[in-house]
Amino acid sequence: MSEDTLVDELLAGKHRALARVITKIENRSPGYRGLVSQLHEHTGNAEVIGITGSPGAGKSTLVDKMASTYRDRGETVGVIAIDPSSPFTGGAVLGDRIRMGSNVGDMDVFFRSMSARGSLGGLSTATTDAVKALDAFGKDKIIVETVGAGQNEIEIVKTADTVSVLVPPGSGDDIQMLKAGILEIADIFVVNKADMDGADRTVMELREMIGMRDASPMAGHHGADTLADTDDAVDQGSDDEGWQPAIVETVAKTGEGVEEFLETIDEHVAWLSESGELEAQARQRYEAEIKTLLREDTAALLQDELAARGGLEAYIDRVLRKDTDPYTVADELMAPLEDCVAEARDGG
Amino acid sequence: MSTEQEQRTIRCLVAKVGLDGHDRGAHVIARAFRDAGFEVIYSGLHKSPDDIVQAAVQEDVDVLGISILSGAHDTLVPKIMDGLDEYDALDDTLVIVGGIIPDGDREELYEAGVANIFGPGSTMEETIEFVRENAPER
Repeated sequence: MSEDTLVDELLAGKHRALARVITKIENRSPGYRGLVSQLHEHTGNAEVIGITGSPGAGKSTLVDKMASTYRDRGETVGVIAIDPSSPFTGGAVLGDRIRMGSNVGDMDVFFRSMSARGSLGGLSTATTDAVKALDAFGKDKIIVETVGAGQNEIEIVKTADTVSVLVPPGSGDDIQMLKAGILEIADIFVVNKADMDGADRTVMELREMIGMRDASPMAGHHGADTLADTDDAVDQGSDDEGWQPAIVETVAKTGEGVEEFLETIDEHVAWLSESGELEAQARQRYEAEIKTLLREDTAALLQDELAARGGLEAYIDRVLRKDTDPYTVADELMAPLEDCVAEARDGG
Repeated sequence: MSTEQEQRTIRCLVAKVGLDGHDRGAHVIARAFRDAGFEVIYSGLHKSPDDIVQAAVQEDVDVLGISILSGAHDTLVPKIMDGLDEYDALDDTLVIVGGIIPDGDREELYEAGVANIFGPGSTMEETIEFVRENAPER
Protein backbone atom coordinates (compact mmCIF):
# COMPACT_ATOMS: atom_id res chain seq x y z
CA MET A 1 0.00 0.00 0.00
CA SER A 2 1.46 3.36 -0.93
CA GLU A 3 1.79 6.10 1.65
CA ASP A 4 -0.74 8.39 0.04
CA THR A 5 -3.44 5.73 -0.09
CA LEU A 6 -2.65 4.78 3.50
CA VAL A 7 -3.18 8.36 4.64
CA ASP A 8 -6.33 8.72 2.54
CA GLU A 9 -7.75 5.51 3.92
CA LEU A 10 -6.88 6.46 7.47
CA LEU A 11 -8.61 9.81 7.08
CA ALA A 12 -11.57 8.00 5.56
CA GLY A 13 -11.88 5.99 8.75
CA LYS A 14 -10.47 2.61 7.73
CA HIS A 15 -9.31 0.71 10.77
CA ARG A 16 -6.84 -1.39 8.89
CA ALA A 17 -5.08 1.71 7.59
CA LEU A 18 -4.87 3.25 11.05
CA ALA A 19 -3.44 0.02 12.45
CA ARG A 20 -0.90 -0.17 9.65
CA VAL A 21 0.18 3.44 10.08
CA ILE A 22 0.85 2.80 13.77
CA THR A 23 2.84 -0.31 12.85
CA LYS A 24 4.97 1.72 10.47
CA ILE A 25 5.51 4.30 13.19
CA GLU A 26 6.54 1.58 15.65
CA ASN A 27 8.83 -0.14 13.19
CA ARG A 28 10.20 3.13 11.89
CA SER A 29 9.58 1.70 8.47
CA PRO A 30 10.98 3.59 5.50
CA GLY A 31 8.66 6.46 4.75
CA TYR A 32 7.03 6.70 8.14
CA ARG A 33 8.22 10.26 8.54
CA GLY A 34 6.35 11.28 5.43
CA LEU A 35 3.23 9.63 6.80
CA VAL A 36 3.37 11.48 10.09
CA SER A 37 4.08 14.76 8.30
CA GLN A 38 0.98 14.32 6.20
CA LEU A 39 -1.13 13.56 9.26
CA HIS A 40 -0.03 16.62 11.18
CA GLU A 41 -2.47 19.08 9.61
CA HIS A 42 -5.37 16.82 10.55
CA THR A 43 -4.51 16.71 14.23
CA GLY A 44 -5.46 18.86 17.18
CA ASN A 45 -9.04 17.83 17.78
CA ALA A 46 -8.58 15.04 20.28
CA GLU A 47 -8.20 15.33 24.00
CA VAL A 48 -5.26 13.31 25.28
CA ILE A 49 -5.28 11.77 28.74
CA GLY A 50 -2.23 10.12 30.26
CA ILE A 51 -2.58 7.40 32.89
CA THR A 52 0.38 6.19 34.85
CA GLY A 53 1.06 4.43 38.12
CA SER A 54 2.84 1.47 39.60
CA PRO A 55 2.24 -2.06 38.29
CA GLY A 56 -1.00 -3.50 39.62
CA ALA A 57 -2.44 -0.11 40.51
CA GLY A 58 -5.40 -0.84 38.25
CA LYS A 59 -4.54 1.29 35.22
CA SER A 60 -5.89 -1.02 32.55
CA THR A 61 -9.09 -1.71 34.43
CA LEU A 62 -9.66 2.00 34.94
CA VAL A 63 -8.91 2.74 31.29
CA ASP A 64 -11.50 0.14 30.31
CA LYS A 65 -14.14 1.83 32.44
CA MET A 66 -13.15 5.27 31.19
CA ALA A 67 -13.47 4.14 27.59
CA SER A 68 -16.90 2.64 28.11
CA THR A 69 -18.09 5.78 29.94
CA TYR A 70 -16.89 7.96 27.07
CA ARG A 71 -18.66 5.63 24.66
CA ASP A 72 -21.88 6.06 26.65
CA ARG A 73 -21.49 9.78 26.12
CA GLY A 74 -21.26 9.14 22.39
CA GLU A 75 -17.56 9.85 22.04
CA THR A 76 -15.00 7.70 20.25
CA VAL A 77 -11.89 6.53 22.03
CA GLY A 78 -8.35 5.54 21.18
CA VAL A 79 -6.13 3.78 23.68
CA ILE A 80 -2.38 3.25 23.56
CA ALA A 81 -1.16 0.87 26.25
CA ILE A 82 2.56 0.57 26.73
CA ASP A 83 4.17 -2.44 28.38
CA PRO A 84 7.82 -3.15 29.02
CA SER A 85 9.78 -5.47 26.77
CA SER A 86 12.63 -7.74 27.67
CA PRO A 87 15.98 -6.00 27.34
CA PHE A 88 17.52 -9.36 26.44
CA THR A 89 15.31 -10.80 23.74
CA GLY A 90 13.22 -7.76 22.85
CA GLY A 91 10.18 -9.95 23.35
CA ALA A 92 7.16 -8.85 25.32
CA VAL A 93 3.81 -10.04 26.52
CA LEU A 94 1.39 -7.15 26.12
CA GLY A 95 -1.34 -7.94 28.58
CA ASP A 96 -3.35 -4.76 28.94
CA ARG A 97 -5.85 -5.80 26.35
CA ILE A 98 -7.26 -8.54 28.57
CA ARG A 99 -8.68 -5.93 30.93
CA MET A 100 -10.63 -4.21 28.19
CA GLY A 101 -13.65 -6.37 28.93
CA SER A 102 -16.26 -3.61 28.66
CA ASN A 103 -15.29 -2.68 25.14
CA VAL A 104 -14.66 -5.90 23.29
CA GLY A 105 -16.41 -5.95 19.97
CA ASP A 106 -16.78 -2.17 19.91
CA MET A 107 -14.69 -0.98 16.99
CA ASP A 108 -15.08 2.65 18.06
CA VAL A 109 -12.68 1.92 20.83
CA PHE A 110 -9.36 1.51 19.08
CA PHE A 111 -7.02 -0.25 21.46
CA ARG A 112 -3.39 -0.63 20.60
CA SER A 113 -0.67 -2.30 22.67
CA MET A 114 2.86 -1.04 22.26
CA SER A 115 6.03 -2.36 23.78
CA ALA A 116 8.89 -0.26 24.99
CA ARG A 117 11.34 -1.37 22.34
CA GLY A 118 14.37 -0.35 24.30
CA SER A 119 16.52 1.55 21.88
CA LEU A 120 17.37 5.24 21.70
CA GLY A 121 14.57 6.47 23.88
CA GLY A 122 12.56 6.40 20.69
CA LEU A 123 9.45 5.31 22.51
CA SER A 124 8.28 8.80 23.31
CA THR A 125 8.60 9.72 19.64
CA ALA A 126 6.64 6.64 18.62
CA THR A 127 3.96 7.37 21.20
CA THR A 128 3.61 10.99 20.12
CA ASP A 129 3.29 9.89 16.51
CA ALA A 130 0.78 7.15 17.31
CA VAL A 131 -1.31 9.70 19.20
CA LYS A 132 -1.23 11.88 16.09
CA ALA A 133 -2.47 8.99 13.98
CA LEU A 134 -5.41 8.38 16.34
CA ASP A 135 -6.11 12.11 16.44
CA ALA A 136 -6.13 12.41 12.65
CA PHE A 137 -8.36 9.35 12.47
CA GLY A 138 -10.91 11.41 14.40
CA LYS A 139 -10.91 9.93 17.88
CA ASP A 140 -12.44 12.29 20.45
CA LYS A 141 -10.48 11.00 23.43
CA ILE A 142 -7.09 9.36 23.40
CA ILE A 143 -5.83 7.58 26.50
CA VAL A 144 -2.14 6.77 26.87
CA GLU A 145 -1.43 4.20 29.55
CA THR A 146 2.00 3.30 30.87
CA VAL A 147 3.76 1.95 33.91
CA GLY A 148 5.06 4.92 35.80
CA ALA A 149 8.66 4.29 36.60
CA GLY A 150 11.51 6.22 35.17
CA GLN A 151 12.23 9.10 32.91
CA ASN A 152 11.02 7.43 29.75
CA GLU A 153 7.49 7.11 31.07
CA ILE A 154 7.48 10.67 32.27
CA GLU A 155 8.40 11.74 28.76
CA ILE A 156 5.53 9.68 27.42
CA VAL A 157 2.83 11.03 29.65
CA LYS A 158 3.93 14.51 28.71
CA THR A 159 2.21 13.96 25.39
CA ALA A 160 -1.05 14.16 27.34
CA ASP A 161 -3.15 17.23 28.05
CA THR A 162 -4.13 15.82 31.42
CA VAL A 163 -1.87 13.51 33.37
CA SER A 164 -3.41 11.20 35.96
CA VAL A 165 -1.33 9.23 38.40
CA LEU A 166 -2.87 6.18 40.02
CA VAL A 167 -2.00 5.56 43.63
CA PRO A 168 -3.23 2.37 45.28
CA PRO A 169 -4.09 2.58 48.98
CA GLY A 170 -1.46 1.67 51.52
CA SER A 171 1.41 2.65 49.32
CA GLY A 172 3.08 4.94 51.77
CA ASP A 173 6.49 4.13 50.44
CA ASP A 174 5.31 4.55 46.90
CA ILE A 175 4.27 8.05 47.72
CA GLN A 176 7.75 8.73 48.95
CA MET A 177 8.91 7.64 45.55
CA LEU A 178 6.29 9.69 43.80
CA LYS A 179 7.54 12.81 45.49
CA ALA A 180 10.75 12.57 43.57
CA GLY A 181 9.41 12.44 40.07
CA ILE A 182 5.81 11.84 39.33
CA LEU A 183 4.36 14.40 41.69
CA GLU A 184 5.39 17.22 39.40
CA ILE A 185 3.59 15.81 36.41
CA ALA A 186 0.28 14.80 38.00
CA ASP A 187 -2.75 16.95 37.28
CA ILE A 188 -5.01 14.45 38.96
CA PHE A 189 -4.23 11.81 41.55
CA VAL A 190 -6.50 8.81 41.40
CA VAL A 191 -6.69 6.72 44.54
CA ASN A 192 -7.90 3.53 42.94
CA LYS A 193 -9.20 0.52 44.88
CA ALA A 194 -10.75 3.08 47.20
CA ASP A 195 -12.81 0.36 48.85
CA MET A 196 -9.67 -1.09 50.38
CA ASP A 197 -8.39 -0.36 53.85
CA GLY A 198 -6.08 2.58 54.02
CA ALA A 199 -7.63 4.53 51.16
CA ASP A 200 -8.55 7.43 53.40
CA ARG A 201 -5.07 7.59 54.71
CA THR A 202 -3.59 7.62 51.22
CA VAL A 203 -5.91 10.47 50.25
CA MET A 204 -4.81 12.36 53.35
CA GLU A 205 -1.14 11.79 52.62
CA LEU A 206 -1.56 12.99 49.08
CA ARG A 207 -3.41 16.06 50.25
CA GLU A 208 -0.61 16.82 52.67
CA MET A 209 1.97 16.35 49.97
CA ILE A 210 0.18 18.72 47.61
CA GLY A 211 -0.07 21.26 50.41
CA MET A 212 3.63 20.99 51.03
CA ARG A 213 4.38 21.47 47.40
CA ASP A 214 2.32 24.64 47.26
CA ALA A 215 4.12 26.02 50.28
CA SER A 216 7.47 25.57 48.64
CA PRO A 217 8.73 28.65 46.83
CA MET A 218 10.25 26.41 44.19
CA ALA A 219 6.88 24.99 43.27
CA GLY A 220 6.09 25.03 39.61
CA HIS A 221 3.65 23.33 37.38
CA HIS A 222 5.03 21.85 34.19
CA GLY A 223 7.69 24.51 34.45
CA ALA A 224 5.53 26.86 32.44
CA ASP A 225 4.15 28.91 35.29
CA THR A 226 6.57 31.74 34.88
CA LEU A 227 4.94 32.37 31.56
CA ALA A 228 1.41 31.92 32.81
CA ASP A 229 1.89 33.91 36.00
CA THR A 230 2.49 37.19 34.28
CA ASP A 231 -0.96 37.42 32.77
CA ASP A 232 -2.73 35.45 35.47
CA ALA A 233 -3.74 38.56 37.32
CA VAL A 234 -6.10 39.55 34.54
CA ASP A 235 -8.57 36.72 34.46
CA GLN A 236 -7.84 34.29 37.25
CA GLY A 237 -9.87 35.10 40.31
CA SER A 238 -9.80 32.76 43.25
CA ASP A 239 -7.45 30.10 41.96
CA ASP A 240 -4.56 32.39 41.30
CA GLU A 241 -1.81 29.79 41.59
CA GLY A 242 -3.00 27.83 38.60
CA TRP A 243 -4.13 24.25 38.72
CA GLN A 244 -4.09 22.52 42.06
CA PRO A 245 -3.71 18.76 41.53
CA ALA A 246 -7.06 17.14 42.26
CA ILE A 247 -7.55 13.91 44.17
CA VAL A 248 -10.30 11.52 43.18
CA GLU A 249 -11.23 8.12 44.54
CA THR A 250 -12.27 5.29 42.27
CA VAL A 251 -13.02 1.59 42.35
CA ALA A 252 -12.17 0.73 38.77
CA LYS A 253 -13.50 -2.82 39.05
CA THR A 254 -17.05 -1.67 39.73
CA GLY A 255 -16.81 1.65 37.93
CA GLU A 256 -17.41 3.61 41.10
CA GLY A 257 -16.07 7.14 40.93
CA VAL A 258 -15.24 6.96 37.24
CA GLU A 259 -17.85 9.58 36.35
CA GLU A 260 -16.36 11.96 38.91
CA PHE A 261 -12.89 11.24 37.59
CA LEU A 262 -13.92 12.10 34.05
CA GLU A 263 -15.61 15.27 35.27
CA THR A 264 -12.38 16.28 36.97
CA ILE A 265 -10.56 15.69 33.70
CA ASP A 266 -13.10 17.93 31.95
CA GLU A 267 -12.53 20.61 34.58
CA HIS A 268 -8.82 20.40 34.05
CA VAL A 269 -9.21 20.71 30.29
CA ALA A 270 -11.51 23.70 30.78
CA TRP A 271 -8.90 25.29 33.00
CA LEU A 272 -6.23 24.56 30.41
CA SER A 273 -8.02 26.42 27.68
CA GLU A 274 -9.16 29.32 29.88
CA SER A 275 -5.71 29.93 31.32
CA GLY A 276 -3.98 29.70 27.97
CA GLU A 277 -2.02 26.76 29.32
CA LEU A 278 -3.32 24.55 26.54
CA GLU A 279 -1.49 26.61 23.97
CA ALA A 280 1.60 26.85 26.13
CA GLN A 281 1.58 23.06 26.48
CA ALA A 282 1.24 22.59 22.75
CA ARG A 283 4.15 24.94 22.16
CA GLN A 284 6.29 23.04 24.66
CA ARG A 285 5.33 19.75 23.14
CA TYR A 286 6.25 20.78 19.62
CA GLU A 287 9.46 22.29 20.89
CA ALA A 288 10.37 19.03 22.59
CA GLU A 289 9.38 17.07 19.51
CA ILE A 290 11.52 19.14 17.16
CA LYS A 291 14.45 18.98 19.56
CA THR A 292 14.18 15.20 19.86
CA LEU A 293 14.10 14.77 16.10
CA LEU A 294 17.06 17.10 15.67
CA ARG A 295 19.00 15.19 18.30
CA GLU A 296 18.28 11.86 16.65
CA ASP A 297 19.04 13.12 13.18
CA THR A 298 22.31 14.77 14.10
CA ALA A 299 23.30 11.65 16.01
CA ALA A 300 22.60 9.64 12.87
CA LEU A 301 24.60 12.08 10.77
CA LEU A 302 27.53 11.68 13.14
CA GLN A 303 27.12 7.93 13.09
CA ASP A 304 27.42 7.90 9.32
CA GLU A 305 30.46 10.14 9.42
CA LEU A 306 32.05 7.89 12.02
CA ALA A 307 31.35 4.79 9.97
CA ALA A 308 32.91 6.47 6.94
CA ARG A 309 36.03 7.10 9.00
CA GLY A 310 36.25 3.49 10.06
CA GLY A 311 34.43 3.60 13.36
CA LEU A 312 35.35 4.68 16.85
CA GLU A 313 37.73 1.83 17.68
CA ALA A 314 40.86 3.52 16.35
CA TYR A 315 40.08 6.66 18.33
CA ILE A 316 39.49 4.64 21.48
CA ASP A 317 42.84 2.95 21.05
CA ARG A 318 44.53 6.34 20.86
CA VAL A 319 42.70 7.56 23.95
CA LEU A 320 43.74 4.40 25.81
CA ARG A 321 47.37 5.00 24.87
CA LYS A 322 46.97 8.54 26.16
CA ASP A 323 47.88 9.87 22.72
CA THR A 324 44.78 11.93 22.84
CA ASP A 325 41.71 12.47 25.02
CA PRO A 326 37.95 12.20 24.50
CA TYR A 327 37.43 15.96 24.21
CA THR A 328 40.03 16.30 21.49
CA VAL A 329 38.55 13.37 19.61
CA ALA A 330 35.10 14.95 19.78
CA ASP A 331 36.50 18.26 18.52
CA GLU A 332 38.33 16.50 15.73
CA LEU A 333 35.24 14.65 14.59
CA MET A 334 32.98 17.67 14.85
CA ALA A 335 35.32 19.97 12.94
CA PRO A 336 34.37 18.94 9.38
CA LEU A 337 30.69 19.15 10.29
CA GLU A 338 31.13 22.59 11.75
CA ASP A 339 33.01 23.67 8.64
CA CYS A 340 30.20 22.43 6.41
CA VAL A 341 27.61 24.25 8.47
CA ALA A 342 29.60 27.48 8.50
CA GLU A 343 30.12 27.25 4.76
CA ALA A 344 26.46 26.63 4.06
CA ARG A 345 25.47 29.53 6.29
CA ASP A 346 27.85 31.96 4.59
CA GLY A 347 27.00 30.77 1.13
CA GLY A 348 23.30 30.48 1.86
CA MET B 1 18.93 8.43 9.60
CA SER B 2 18.39 6.76 12.91
CA THR B 3 14.72 7.63 12.90
CA GLU B 4 14.30 5.86 9.59
CA GLN B 5 16.14 2.76 10.69
CA GLU B 6 13.69 -0.06 10.67
CA GLN B 7 13.14 -1.84 13.97
CA ARG B 8 10.85 -4.62 13.01
CA THR B 9 9.49 -7.01 15.59
CA ILE B 10 7.13 -9.86 14.88
CA ARG B 11 3.79 -9.24 16.57
CA CYS B 12 1.55 -12.14 17.51
CA LEU B 13 -1.93 -12.44 18.92
CA VAL B 14 -2.44 -15.62 20.93
CA ALA B 15 -6.18 -16.13 20.98
CA LYS B 16 -8.59 -18.31 22.89
CA VAL B 17 -11.97 -18.44 21.26
CA GLY B 18 -15.31 -19.82 22.35
CA LEU B 19 -16.28 -21.77 25.43
CA ASP B 20 -12.93 -23.38 25.94
CA GLY B 21 -11.24 -22.76 29.25
CA HIS B 22 -8.01 -24.62 28.69
CA ASP B 23 -5.40 -21.95 28.47
CA ARG B 24 -2.25 -23.66 29.67
CA GLY B 25 -1.14 -24.24 26.10
CA ALA B 26 -1.84 -20.65 25.17
CA HIS B 27 0.18 -19.42 28.13
CA VAL B 28 3.09 -21.66 27.33
CA ILE B 29 3.17 -20.61 23.69
CA ALA B 30 2.82 -16.92 24.64
CA ARG B 31 5.82 -17.25 26.88
CA ALA B 32 7.85 -19.14 24.29
CA PHE B 33 7.04 -16.50 21.66
CA ARG B 34 8.09 -13.78 24.06
CA ASP B 35 11.38 -15.51 24.72
CA ALA B 36 11.87 -15.83 20.98
CA GLY B 37 11.78 -12.04 20.82
CA PHE B 38 8.23 -11.62 19.54
CA GLU B 39 5.71 -9.19 20.89
CA VAL B 40 2.80 -11.20 22.15
CA ILE B 41 -0.70 -10.01 22.83
CA TYR B 42 -2.86 -12.48 24.69
CA SER B 43 -6.60 -12.27 24.14
CA GLY B 44 -7.76 -13.75 27.41
CA LEU B 45 -10.33 -16.52 27.69
CA HIS B 46 -13.77 -17.00 26.15
CA LYS B 47 -13.53 -14.48 23.34
CA SER B 48 -15.94 -14.38 20.46
CA PRO B 49 -14.66 -14.55 16.87
CA ASP B 50 -15.52 -10.85 16.50
CA ASP B 51 -13.40 -9.96 19.53
CA ILE B 52 -10.46 -11.82 18.05
CA VAL B 53 -10.89 -10.09 14.71
CA GLN B 54 -11.06 -6.70 16.42
CA ALA B 55 -7.88 -7.40 18.35
CA ALA B 56 -6.02 -8.77 15.31
CA VAL B 57 -6.97 -5.77 13.16
CA GLN B 58 -6.29 -3.07 15.75
CA GLU B 59 -3.03 -4.57 16.91
CA ASP B 60 -2.01 -5.19 13.29
CA VAL B 61 -0.43 -8.50 14.21
CA ASP B 62 1.70 -10.46 11.78
CA VAL B 63 0.63 -13.74 13.29
CA LEU B 64 -2.66 -14.89 14.75
CA GLY B 65 -2.35 -18.09 16.76
CA ILE B 66 -5.69 -19.63 17.68
CA SER B 67 -5.62 -22.13 20.49
CA ILE B 68 -8.65 -24.36 20.47
CA LEU B 69 -9.34 -27.61 22.26
CA SER B 70 -13.10 -27.63 22.41
CA GLY B 71 -13.83 -29.21 19.07
CA ALA B 72 -15.64 -26.14 17.79
CA HIS B 73 -12.87 -25.19 15.39
CA ASP B 74 -14.96 -25.96 12.33
CA THR B 75 -17.41 -23.14 13.14
CA LEU B 76 -15.21 -20.67 15.02
CA VAL B 77 -12.11 -20.59 12.83
CA PRO B 78 -13.95 -19.84 9.56
CA LYS B 79 -15.82 -17.04 11.34
CA ILE B 80 -12.53 -15.47 12.31
CA MET B 81 -11.22 -15.85 8.77
CA ASP B 82 -14.32 -14.16 7.36
CA GLY B 83 -13.95 -11.34 9.85
CA LEU B 84 -10.31 -10.79 8.90
CA ASP B 85 -11.35 -10.72 5.27
CA GLU B 86 -13.94 -8.08 6.02
CA TYR B 87 -11.19 -5.75 7.26
CA ASP B 88 -8.79 -6.65 4.42
CA ALA B 89 -6.54 -8.33 6.93
CA LEU B 90 -6.75 -11.90 5.70
CA ASP B 91 -4.03 -11.68 3.05
CA ASP B 92 -1.21 -10.54 5.24
CA THR B 93 -1.96 -12.21 8.54
CA LEU B 94 -0.38 -15.59 9.16
CA VAL B 95 -3.03 -17.69 10.88
CA ILE B 96 -1.96 -20.79 12.74
CA VAL B 97 -4.04 -23.11 14.88
CA GLY B 98 -2.95 -25.10 17.90
CA GLY B 99 -4.82 -27.70 19.91
CA ILE B 100 -6.87 -30.78 19.19
CA ILE B 101 -7.89 -30.86 15.54
CA PRO B 102 -8.93 -34.26 14.12
CA ASP B 103 -7.18 -35.19 10.89
CA GLY B 104 -10.43 -35.20 8.99
CA ASP B 105 -11.06 -31.56 9.80
CA ARG B 106 -7.68 -30.22 8.82
CA GLU B 107 -8.19 -29.87 5.09
CA GLU B 108 -11.19 -27.64 5.66
CA LEU B 109 -9.18 -25.30 7.87
CA TYR B 110 -6.33 -25.12 5.40
CA GLU B 111 -8.83 -24.23 2.71
CA ALA B 112 -10.19 -21.44 4.88
CA GLY B 113 -6.70 -19.95 4.94
CA VAL B 114 -5.04 -21.46 8.01
CA ALA B 115 -1.33 -21.74 7.30
CA ASN B 116 -0.47 -24.53 9.67
CA ILE B 117 -1.90 -26.64 12.49
CA PHE B 118 0.15 -27.63 15.50
CA GLY B 119 -1.33 -30.54 17.36
CA PRO B 120 -0.13 -32.53 20.37
CA GLY B 121 3.54 -33.38 20.10
CA SER B 122 4.52 -30.24 18.21
CA THR B 123 7.61 -28.63 19.63
CA MET B 124 8.10 -24.99 20.52
CA GLU B 125 11.10 -24.84 18.22
CA GLU B 126 9.21 -25.94 15.15
CA THR B 127 6.37 -23.53 15.89
CA ILE B 128 8.71 -20.58 16.38
CA GLU B 129 10.71 -21.55 13.33
CA PHE B 130 7.54 -21.69 11.25
CA VAL B 131 6.48 -18.24 12.44
CA ARG B 132 9.91 -16.75 11.75
CA GLU B 133 9.97 -18.14 8.24
CA ASN B 134 6.40 -17.35 7.31
CA ALA B 135 5.60 -14.08 9.04
CA PRO B 136 4.35 -11.87 6.23
CA GLU B 137 6.64 -9.25 4.73
CA ARG B 138 5.04 -5.87 4.92
